[in-house]
Parts: sequence; structure tokens; C-alpha cells
Amino acid sequence: MNTLFGEKKAEAKKLVFTSVDQYPEAPVSLDTTLSNFTGDWRTFIPVINEEKCVKCYICWKFCPEPAIYIKPDGYVAVDYDYCKGCGICANECPAKAITMEKEEK
Amino acid sequence: MAEYKPIKKVVSGNYAAAYAAKDARVQVVAAYPITPQTSIIEKIAEFIADGEANIQYVPVESEHSAMAACIGASAAGARAFTATSAQGLALMHEMLHWASGARLPIVMVDVNRAMAPPWSVWDDQTDSLAQRDTGWMQFYAENNQEVYDGVLMAFKVAETVNVPAMVIESAFILSHTYDVVEMIPQELVDEFLPPREPLYDLANFEKPFSVGALATPADYYEFRYKLAKAHEEAKKVIREVGREFGERFGRDYSRMIETYRTDDADFVFLGMGSLMGTVKQAVDLLREEGYRVGAAKVLWFRPFPGEELYELAKGVEGIAVLDRNFSFGQEGILFNEAKGVLYNTKARPLMKNYIVGLGGRDFTVSDVRKIAENMKAIIEKGELDVEVDWYHLKR
Repeated sequence: MNTLFGEKKAEAKKLVFTSVDQYPEAPVSLDTTLSNFTGDWRTFIPVINEEKCVKCYICWKFCPEPAIYIKPDGYVAVDYDYCKGCGICANECPAKAITMEKEEK
Repeated sequence: MAEYKPIKKVVSGNYAAAYAAKDARVQVVAAYPITPQTSIIEKIAEFIADGEANIQYVPVESEHSAMAACIGASAAGARAFTATSAQGLALMHEMLHWASGARLPIVMVDVNRAMAPPWSVWDDQTDSLAQRDTGWMQFYAENNQEVYDGVLMAFKVAETVNVPAMVIESAFILSHTYDVVEMIPQELVDEFLPPREPLYDLANFEKPFSVGALATPADYYEFRYKLAKAHEEAKKVIREVGREFGERFGRDYSRMIETYRTDDADFVFLGMGSLMGTVKQAVDLLREEGYRVGAAKVLWFRPFPGEELYELAKGVEGIAVLDRNFSFGQEGILFNEAKGVLYNTKARPLMKNYIVGLGGRDFTVSDVRKIAENMKAIIEKGELDVEVDWYHLKR
């Protein structure tokens, strides 16, 4: 999986508490963003069409999370673990290379 | 253990608060001056200037920032203190949730002052009671001695259960009125209140973490439960710390409601703060006149001492709840709470709410006598005339 944090993120285990006793006394360190994924909030998912992408990186610049990263080959990709599906990237893309599609869960 | 010989000083309630903060060895004070709280932080600044206390003083531009700075200091492990009044406390409101939610044992003195408009600097409990649901504990002091003792105990309780606490005193009636206060020698305070042991170590760079991080619907609920349980635990800790305080220093605070001549009372006056001194004096006079009355002072309003109130209510025919506060659209706040606690119990004495002393209106012994006459009449009749009595109203 292509991700912003690569292997580091793959190593991190998401903390799941199943009883109240497992929680820390104070709400600290629930987890770092490496494993505290926020990408399951969305309804629509941005899909990038590399054939249309002109590598202008306006999507990368405008993403508020930021969940868009630049791959070694120069094209952009979305880290779906953090993308909340706001659609700003699709709205701003001058080449219309990003489309928002209903996500099947 | 060194022998306890109190240091007697004639101080205002505000100076009692400042001395208590110094004796508690607070490390960080962030505050903004507001009448009638100002002389607390002036006195602390004086301690620092005179080299009597090693405190980091953070001058801030508002009360919101004062609480924010205390939160930062407390999260880093320091013992943090601040003081405010009325509009200043209201400005802190948002930050109060951050402090209790992050389980930071900050202690604050609030000098009860009426909320404006109309602009007022006099006594009224509505400012602190409006912060009832912020997750802070609340201790109401009757006199300057209780301000001093309250701050020391509040730190110990707060740091045991990791919940912040307010110590509340009356504007001018206590804040600017001088009285003898028995202070505790520093080494004995140190024995009673050792250095704080923070819940977590923010300065551990090996294992970084975030404070007050996001909790989704999957986790938020459990943290609220934990804070609720901490308040339950605090009731036990308050009684233990109050008992320990009594054993060490002779002033017993092992009960969250202080009762005065209630044992064989037909009815009692229930209230909080400085007005209860007047009530106790009136009770003595009324007893001489043949009234079987007593006084019950709620020391800790949060957590609310429901069990002790139930014990009190079992033995009396009536409770006159004196509220120096009002919740608009309903009734006095202590009255509301007290009735709520007793609803599901068998003890159901007649309860009447007297709204007294708002905005610093004098509340005197003769007022208590008039209320006693009224209470006696309604108890004999067996029903209330009105539930909420705006006692002082110019009719």
C-alpha cells in the first residue's frame, strides 16, 4: 500500500479498547496519527486519473489534511487512511483529473 | 513530625488565599487582575518580588489565557494556581473544560461576584455555580480560615484524583475583610502536601504522545465515564483528606456538609459560603428563643454530598435552602440540587427556597429570624406558601 508514512505506518497497530478499564486515566496518547486513522469518515472518495494529471500539485497544496502525497514517479496519490472525502482536490484540479466517487464500504 | 504551632496572622480572605498558594509551593501562577480578586495575585507578586516564594508568574492578557497557561503548566507537571471573579470566570469557561477533561489538578480561587449587567462587584454565587458542569470540584469557604485551609486541601484532593478544584470565597465579605487566620508552618504543610506526582510525563521525549487528543464516538464516552468516576472517588478522598487535616491541624473537614446544632432540630437552614456564619449566629439566638433549628453548610458543592444531605433530611421536618444565586427560569441552584438528591429517598421534608443576598445585599441575623418564623408557620400548616421566595424584594 502506498502511504505517506510507508512502512512506519504499516508497523503501527491501531489501539482498540474493548473495556473501560483499558483506557488511560487521562485522554492522552490515545495514539499517534501513525495509527489513529481518520479516513473512515468519508462518503465520497477521490479517485485520481493519471492520464489526465499534469503534475501541477494544486491538489497537494490545497488538501487540508494533508492526505495527498507525491509519489517518486511525480504523480500524486491519496492516502485514504486520512482522506475525509471533502472533495477540495477534485474541485481545485485544473485538469479535472480527480473525480469524487461514492465509496462502497 | 514537628509539633504544630499555628502562625496567627490578621489577613483578608484574599491574602489568606495568597498565603495558602505560597505555602502549597505552587510553581506556576497565571492570572489576570479583576475586582475583587486582584489583591490575591498582587500579594503573590509581592511574595515573588520579596524572594519569599519561587513561583513562575505568567502575566496574561485575559482570563482565558490565564487558564490556558495554567493548563500548559499543569500538563507539564507543575503545581498551577490562578484566581478570578465573575466575568473573568465566565471568560475562562471554555478552558475549564480543557483542564478537567485533560485531568489536570489546577486549583483556582474564585471570589464570588455578581454577574453583570447591571455592573456589580459584590457577592453572589451565580458566577461559580454557572461553572457547575465543567467537571471542576467546588469548595465554598465560610470565612478567611476556610479559604486558607480550603486551598491546601483542594490541592491534595485534586492531585489525588486528578480533577481541578475551585475554592470559593465571598466578594468583600471575605475577600477584603480582615480576620485572624491560623497558618501552618511550611514544613508541616510540606508533610501534608508533598510535591505533585503528575499522571503522565510530558517531558519524556523517548515516548512522545499527545494531550487531549481526538476521540471519536468510539472512545469519547469512556473518558466522560472516567471523569464521573473520579468525582465519585473524590468524595471519599475529600473526607479522608479532611480528616487528616483535622488530625494534623485541629480543624476537622471530614464531612462535606458541616452541621451545626442539627441533632434535635425541627428544621434547618441549608446554604453555602459566608452567609452561613450569620446563620450559625442566628441559630444560637433562635435556640434561646425556643426555636429548635440548626444550620447545615455545604462545603463541597461538587462533587455533591448527596449521602450527607440524605442523613440530614431524615431527621428534620423542613429545610430552608438559602441561595445567594439564581438559575433563571427555575429556582435557586442549591435548592434545585438538594431537592433532586432527595427525590428518590424516603426522607422528604418540606423544602423552601429563599433567594437572599444577591449582588451583595445584606443578609443579617434578623433576616434569618424572619425566615425561621415563616418556616415554622409552613411546617405547622404542612404546606408551602410559595416554593421560591424572593426574600428581600421591595414590595
